[in-house]
Amino acid sequence: MIITSRKDFDGLVNTLRGKKKVFLLGCGECSTQCKTGGESDLKEMSERLAGVGIETTGAVVVEEPCHIPLTKKELRTNKSAVDDADAVMVLACGAGVQSTTEALPEKPVYSGVDTLFLGNINRNGDFTEKCSMCGQCELNSTAGLCPVTRCPKNLLNGPCGGMEDGRCEVDREAPCIWVEIYRRSEKEGRMDEYMAISPPKDYSFSLKPSSLKIR
Amino acid sequence: MKPLRDSLNNGEFAITAEVAPPKGADASAFMEKARLLKPMVNAINVTDNQGAVMRMSSLAACSMLASEGIDAVFQATCRDRNRLALQSDLLGAFSLGIKNVLALTGDYITMGDHPSGKAVFDIDSTHLLQTTCLLNQGIDMADKKLEGNTDLFPGAVVNPASNPLEPQLMRFEKKIKAGARFFQTQAVFDTEGLKRVVHIAEKRGVKVLTGVLLLKSAAMARFMNSNIPGVTVPDRYIEMLDNSLNPLQTGMEIAASQIDELRNECHGIHIMAMGREEKIIDIMQMSGL
Repeated sequence: MIITSRKDFDGLVNTLRGKKKVFLLGCGECSTQCKTGGESDLKEMSERLAGVGIETTGAVVVEEPCHIPLTKKELRTNKSAVDDADAVMVLACGAGVQSTTEALPEKPVYSGVDTLFLGNINRNGDFTEKCSMCGQCELNSTAGLCPVTRCPKNLLNGPCGGMEDGRCEVDREAPCIWVEIYRRSEKEGRMDEYMAISPPKDYSFSLKPSSLKIR
Repeated sequence: MKPLRDSLNNGEFAITAEVAPPKGADASAFMEKARLLKPMVNAINVTDNQGAVMRMSSLAACSMLASEGIDAVFQATCRDRNRLALQSDLLGAFSLGIKNVLALTGDYITMGDHPSGKAVFDIDSTHLLQTTCLLNQGIDMADKKLEGNTDLFPGAVVNPASNPLEPQLMRFEKKIKAGARFFQTQAVFDTEGLKRVVHIAEKRGVKVLTGVLLLKSAAMARFMNSNIPGVTVPDRYIEMLDNSLNPLQTGMEIAASQIDELRNECHGIHIMAMGREEKIIDIMQMSGL
C-alpha cells in the first residue's frame, strides 16, 4: 500500500493561487485506507475549500488512479464538471496525480497530499515501511527482514556501533533490525548467510524512472 | 614515536589520540594541539564530521599533519560520500602522505547540525575496508587497474559495550575478513566485552586500541550518555565527578587508572580528550605509561 498524508490546508490554498473552482479526484484503494482520498475525505476537502471561497465543480473517487486508462475514463465520464473547473486537485499518491496530469494535458493539476512510502498495514490507520523497492531484494540472506529499509544506514553487514540494548541509534524506540536478523538467523540455523559478507549494492537496479513490460 | 603501523607490528603498546578538525578554515589551534601531542603518540586520529557535525575535512587536516611528519589516521565515514568519492579520497590521502585509514559507517545525519541533508550510505564500512585493500593492490571497485597503488593501513571500529554483543562480534569478524588490520573501540568503561574482542583479535592476528575518554564533568558524562551512540558512562564515575571539587582532575585520574588497567588487556589505547588534548601528557604520566 502507498502511504499518503494530507498536505497543510493553508499551504494548499496558497498553492492554488487564486483558483476559484476545482474538481476533486480521490483514490478508492490506498488513499481511502490512509484517510486522504476516500469519499468522506473528498467531501471534507470540498467543505473546507468552500470555507475559503473555492467551489468544487465535482468529485470522483477513481478505484485505482495509478491506472492511467481507468483515470482517463473516469475523467471523461465527469467531463463537464472537469471542464468547468480551473484546476483538478488529486487526493491520491504521486502516481495518481500523474495519471491525471497525463489525462488532462491542458488543465492545471495539483496534489492535495504528500506521498510517503510503501507501507505495511499494522492495523487500521497504522502503517510501517518495511520495503523500499530497491530492485535487488536482499531478504534471502537476511532472514526475511530488510536492512536496506529498516536500518536507517542501509547497512548490509550487521549492526552499527550505535545500537544500544538492541535498539536503533536513530530511533531509540525502534528495534535494531540487525539484532533481529541475528536472532532469527540463529534460530533458523542460517548463520552462514548472516556471516557471509554481502557485497556493495548495485544501485543500477534502482535507476529512476523504472519501468517494466511483461512480455 | 614510531608510526602506528610499525608500533603495532612490533608488538608495542600503541597510543593514538583523537583530535577534531576545526569548525572553520583556521587550522592553527588544531595544529598547535597536534604538535604538542606529536612526541607522545604514535598517530593522531582525525575525525570525519563526527556526530554528523560539519567541520573541516579529515583528509585536509590529516594532510597538514603528514606534512609535519605526524602519522595521521584518516577517518572516513560512508555517510557523506559515495563509492567514487571515497575511493578518490583514499587515493588522494595516500598521495598526500597519509598512511592509515579508519573505515566508519558514521553517525546518522539527523544527529548533527545539518539534519535535513541527504545521507549517502552507498557502501558500508565493511565494503570500505575491502575497497582499501583493493586500492592497496592497485585496482579499484570496478576492477580497473590503477596508476600507482596505495599502501594504506586499514582500520575499523568495534564496540565492546554493545548489548547484545554477539551481533557486534559477528560484524567485527566480517571486518577482519574484509581486511581490517587494527581496530579502535568506543570509550570502554567495562572490560568484560573488551576481553572477548581482544580474544578474537589475537586469534585472527589483528590489533585492538581501546578507547579512553576524558570525562571533563558529570554534565558532560550525562550528555554523552544521552547523545553519543554507543557510549555509556557508568553511574559510579558520574557520582565521582559530581562529588569532586575539581572534576577535570577527577576525570584525568579516572582516565589514567583506566589506561593502567588496560595495559595488559589490549594492544594500545586511543585517547579521546574532547578538546582538552593538552591534558593527555598529564594523563599519561599519571598512568605510568
